[in-house]
Amino acid sequence: MDKKQSNGNVVKFNRWGYIFLIPFFVVYVIFSLIPLVTTIYNSFFENYRSGLKQIGPNFVGIANYFKLLGTPEIWKYLGNTLIMWIGGFIPQIVVALLLAYWFSDPSLRLKGQRFFKTVIYMPNLIMASAFAMLFFALFSASGPVNQILTSIGVFAEPYKFFDHIASARMLIMFMNFLMWFGNTTILLMAGMLGIDTALYEAAEVDGATATQIFFKITMPILRPIFIYVLITSLIGGLQMYDVPQIMTNGAGTPVDSTTTVIMLLNRHLTSKNVGMGGALSVFLFFVTGILSLVVFRINSRSEN
Amino acid sequence: MKKKVLGVLLSTTMVAGMLSACGEAAGTPASTTEQPASTTTEQPASTTEATPAADTTAATPADSSTAEAPAAAADEGKVLNIAAWNEEFKSRLTDHYPGYEVVDGTTGKIGDVTVKWLITPNENNAYQDRLDEILLGQENASADDKLDLFLVEADYAVKYTDTDYTVPLSDLGVTADDLKDQYSYTQAVVTDSNGVLKGSSWQGCPGVMIYNRKIAEEVFGSQEPADIQAKFSDWDKFVESAEELKAAGYHVISSTADTFRVYQNNAKLPWVDGNKIQVDDNLKKWAEDSKKLYEAGYCDTWDQWGEDWNKGFYPEGKVFAYFGPAWLIDFCMAADVEGSVAHDGGWAATEGPQGFYWGGTWICAATGTDNAGLVADIMKKMTCDPEVMKDIVLKDNDFVNNKPVMEELAKDPSYKNDVLGGQNPLPMFCAGAENIDMANLTAYDQGLLGDFQKAMNDYIKGNYKTIDEAMEQFYTLALQRYPDLVR
Repeated sequence: MDKKQSNGNVVKFNRWGYIFLIPFFVVYVIFSLIPLVTTIYNSFFENYRSGLKQIGPNFVGIANYFKLLGTPEIWKYLGNTLIMWIGGFIPQIVVALLLAYWFSDPSLRLKGQRFFKTVIYMPNLIMASAFAMLFFALFSASGPVNQILTSIGVFAEPYKFFDHIASARMLIMFMNFLMWFGNTTILLMAGMLGIDTALYEAAEVDGATATQIFFKITMPILRPIFIYVLITSLIGGLQMYDVPQIMTNGAGTPVDSTTTVIMLLNRHLTSKNVGMGGALSVFLFFVTGILSLVVFRINSRSEN
Repeated sequence: MKKKVLGVLLSTTMVAGMLSACGEAAGTPASTTEQPASTTTEQPASTTEATPAADTTAATPADSSTAEAPAAAADEGKVLNIAAWNEEFKSRLTDHYPGYEVVDGTTGKIGDVTVKWLITPNENNAYQDRLDEILLGQENASADDKLDLFLVEADYAVKYTDTDYTVPLSDLGVTADDLKDQYSYTQAVVTDSNGVLKGSSWQGCPGVMIYNRKIAEEVFGSQEPADIQAKFSDWDKFVESAEELKAAGYHVISSTADTFRVYQNNAKLPWVDGNKIQVDDNLKKWAEDSKKLYEAGYCDTWDQWGEDWNKGFYPEGKVFAYFGPAWLIDFCMAADVEGSVAHDGGWAATEGPQGFYWGGTWICAATGTDNAGLVADIMKKMTCDPEVMKDIVLKDNDFVNNKPVMEELAKDPSYKNDVLGGQNPLPMFCAGAENIDMANLTAYDQGLLGDFQKAMNDYIKGNYKTIDEAMEQFYTLALQRYPDLVR
């Protein structure tokens, strides 16, 4: 009898839990689920504007997908996106790991930790578009970087950073690195601080070197956070848009080598091409899903 | 127990708060039909009720100005909405339209009609995007929100004039007699496919080659337009002279982009035939010639309007010439900046290798306007009235769209352009304006010529090995932009 009553109380209290969840679901349905479903729905229609004339919507099945995947550009843009993401992510994770390790190691007794933690996070507070504008001004032919480089004799005449594939891509990678390494550092540090210091002490007593401690203790325990960082960065990286868009004024110059997948979405805006835009979004959704699964699988397999 | 009460309290406040927020969000679609409906029916009613009441007293002194200026009919709307992409037309209207008063940055007043300026920059197609939305929503907009007048450029004029969203000038009461003095090309731009005139312009934009007098004196030993013209009368001589300039340390033009309009206007084919994209040979010639110019070190490849492109506006920029029409000289060459070449009157103009035009702004009336009388009056005053137009030339050095006025001023020895060191460039402009042929316009011009330049720039800079690769890239960009076209 007594037991039954307490069970009933648990159910009653659980009800409040559901009520507290309602706001999230309402917001989620309105701003995420409905747009997601309509995007998929729209991708099956021919629906755009030619000048002021509306064409469609006409149901065309999966013709938009054939058209999208049949053009070589989409694969090129996907390649651009991945190259620029990886190029930014590798330095980002290396620097972030190093910084997080230093910050979370009590034996180093670093001074001014708070100050540096704030400073490395700063670039992330600046809007990506403002950041890209800044870099555009800094690295333009008559900008300060070129003035310095020519005056100290590195180049005879200004180097056009935005006219060469390698330098243009590297600037974008560098910007993404600079914007996100602070964020990654803080995430990794949170993971590292959660590791029981007794483990480190035990390892030291057993005579383990710093390298051994890092690879045998820190990294394995950090793995869940590491996978989280990797997958969120991958998702963010595939949706890379603002930095290259602003830096190249939407042109993806030179030779479309900095055009990302989402920048193509933006190009469909002139004709309000909802059908192709939908198909592109769904395509990117699947690519992200597949790549995330691959990353997740690889990491959890090596754990076994 | 206390916990329970607290739980109930907290969750009810939260849900209540949420629902009230929801009520606003979810409620609006339902209430939009009610609310604006009531406000729209109320508002015009209240303005017509309130303003005449206030006006009968206030309007009596103001009436004198209303009577002399626009014949703002009593049954017309009280708000005139004008869409534009920069301040140019606004300043023209402010300076030259009788009875226009400035209220603040985005509003003005003509008699008792409020003028609202909807200014959106051209950048990334923003102006047209906004204009499209306004025009498509025109039918359902309330009378005061309806767009009355908007501006277009030649590159995309057809997109608007060849639709029912623009009013034929004859319906507005602007007659052929009013328009008889305009240059015929300005009318060809805004004539739709059925031959109906849909807009009017106060400007003509024949282009010339604007060169730096000091550099001319130093390199060619003369700064006289006739001598320089002899040095640049065709593209072969242009290249030869560029070589001389290079030897002296100057670029002949700032960027390869400068000559694009010259080649483009001398192309024979329209950009689109039916729905097939076609590229005139003269445009490919531009790419090839530009590549040679750039590789020989005669000029650079800056994007127009950028800081690097602008350098030649100042003596240390070491640029010999720019190609452009009257508005480039007066509006863009930093004439009001101390130390610029224009400020010291250091430019001169000559015809250059080929005639061309560049830009220009046309006024169109939006279908559904509730100020048709005022719109027609603005068109008549600003684009047909010889007095107003002469005033524009004298005050702003613009080249206006009125043959007798321009020809008179071309012969007038007292007319001088300070930026051009006192030269009177009007005879040159007049001759150029007569020869402009605008038969080749399509609704796709702006996007296609932009994409073409983008693709070709990579060829000129050497990022593409052959012109065919660049052409591939052009088609790729063009088809992304215009899904209804084919190659």
